[in-house]
Amino acid sequence: MRNPLADKVIDIKPSGIRKFFDIVSEMKDAISLGVGEPDFDTPWHIREEGIYSLEKGKTFYTSNSGLKELKQEISNYLERRINVKYDPNHEIMVTVGGSEAIDLAMRAMLNPGEEVLIPQPCYVSYLPCCQLADGVPVFINLKEENQFRLTKQELLDAVTDKTKILVLAFPNNPTGAVMSREDLMDIAEVCIEKDIFVISDEIYSELTYSGEHVSIASLPGMRERTVVINGFSKAYAMTGWRLGYAAAPELILSQMLKIHQFAIMCAPTTSQYAAVVAMRDGDPDVAKMRESYNQRRRYVVTRLRDMGLDCFEPYGAFYVFPSIKRFNMSSEEFATKLLQTQKVAVVPGTAFGDCGEGFLRISYAYSLENLKIALDRIEVFVKGLEA
Amino acid sequence: MREKILSVLEKNARISVHDLAILLGEDEVEVANCIGDMEAENVICGYHTLINWDGTSEEKVTALIEVKVTPQRGMGFDKIAERIYQYSEVHAVYLMSGAFDFTVIIEGKTMRGVAQFVSDKLAPMDEVLSTATHFVLKKYKDHGTILVSKPHDERMLVTP
Repeated sequence: MRNPLADKVIDIKPSGIRKFFDIVSEMKDAISLGVGEPDFDTPWHIREEGIYSLEKGKTFYTSNSGLKELKQEISNYLERRINVKYDPNHEIMVTVGGSEAIDLAMRAMLNPGEEVLIPQPCYVSYLPCCQLADGVPVFINLKEENQFRLTKQELLDAVTDKTKILVLAFPNNPTGAVMSREDLMDIAEVCIEKDIFVISDEIYSELTYSGEHVSIASLPGMRERTVVINGFSKAYAMTGWRLGYAAAPELILSQMLKIHQFAIMCAPTTSQYAAVVAMRDGDPDVAKMRESYNQRRRYVVTRLRDMGLDCFEPYGAFYVFPSIKRFNMSSEEFATKLLQTQKVAVVPGTAFGDCGEGFLRISYAYSLENLKIALDRIEVFVKGLEA
Repeated sequence: MREKILSVLEKNARISVHDLAILLGEDEVEVANCIGDMEAENVICGYHTLINWDGTSEEKVTALIEVKVTPQRGMGFDKIAERIYQYSEVHAVYLMSGAFDFTVIIEGKTMRGVAQFVSDKLAPMDEVLSTATHFVLKKYKDHGTILVSKPHDERMLVTP
């Protein structure tokens, strides 16, 4: 029999998280701080709208790009929140989670050999999506001393004449870093000068704890070269509904839509009806959840620092990214030992790129009681290492 | 700061001032002072425990009583309310808009005890025109907390 597989798929490394998940799931009564999704249920009025749409028999395909009302609501939202106007008919599409939009953007924009700048540590799917789209990934290793923000110099150092896309993902998973308007202006300057496009993954935009989230698309000259990706999973606690969206100039979006049309047809209809309500009436829910995350964020950072772990202050998402460098072990070793001895699961920083070595991702999408127990155990573990 | 403190305390009265200050990103002493002030001003009126009595062997009945009254000259609703809320059996008294005047919530050990309270004490009051007693059969949710089921974390243990 011939090899049934494509080389480029075989070449993709399995996710580091997967490996850790297998170890954790073997362990009974482990407390996990390893989850990358909200602990809240989807607000009831949103769920109710999904149920109602089913009762009404709204179970057909929607148009490829999504329900008209939803695209309109997304357009309103983007204008309200990031101050950029998108034409709901030609510049917005609804996708199966933000993840699909990342894949579509890469596939629609990359020719073989073109380079994609991926600042790391980062979410696990940019690299494989780039590879599958025949792009060449180029990593930029972000530094703790810059609070894991991308600097102008780091960007300039990585740019070549083959560079086509920069992936910007702030607020960031796993570091919790955010980029301010000034930070983004530096980046935008380089993008315009070097003619680089940006895939701006803003899935955590609503979970920003230091003032307003700024999208690079809102900066002068950037709208035409940016694909904004966002979704409902994090802000509205709707991970399982699988719903995201992309907003981009028609030139790019129409080609993304072509792929979506053949690969997916349309995002789930029930989810789209629910999402209309989320966008229209969901702001108070988001505010409430944000406040709750923010309280836990302060609690986790304080506790980690009190037990002697270096931890830069993350102003976004729901992750803390403490350094464990002083214990002279690898992230994986630390995480594995912590799991085995104290039954607390955290994710080694290396799951998000090699430069995550020396760090852990700790999620605070958990109830305060849970966080308290887990942090007590981590404290015992750290004290044990010091003894 | 007051509202923020209250929103946390409302859900968790047992939190320490130390932790509360961390959650809110405020100074511990200031938080303690603020709580002290609110206690003095009767903004914080007490720290209670939310109990699902159905899970205990203790027998308890709760009744919600609609009360119609005639406010007397010179003594309005407040005076009547006072005469009602002084009884230790009375759990809550609210002045209502609509078809009746007061909602009175009574907690007693037995239905008979509650019925006796209504017939012996509440109904005979001069100002009370009529009462309608509704017994609570089951409490599903109280003080914003669902009593009938404990939330269970169904998320996968580790996700990207």
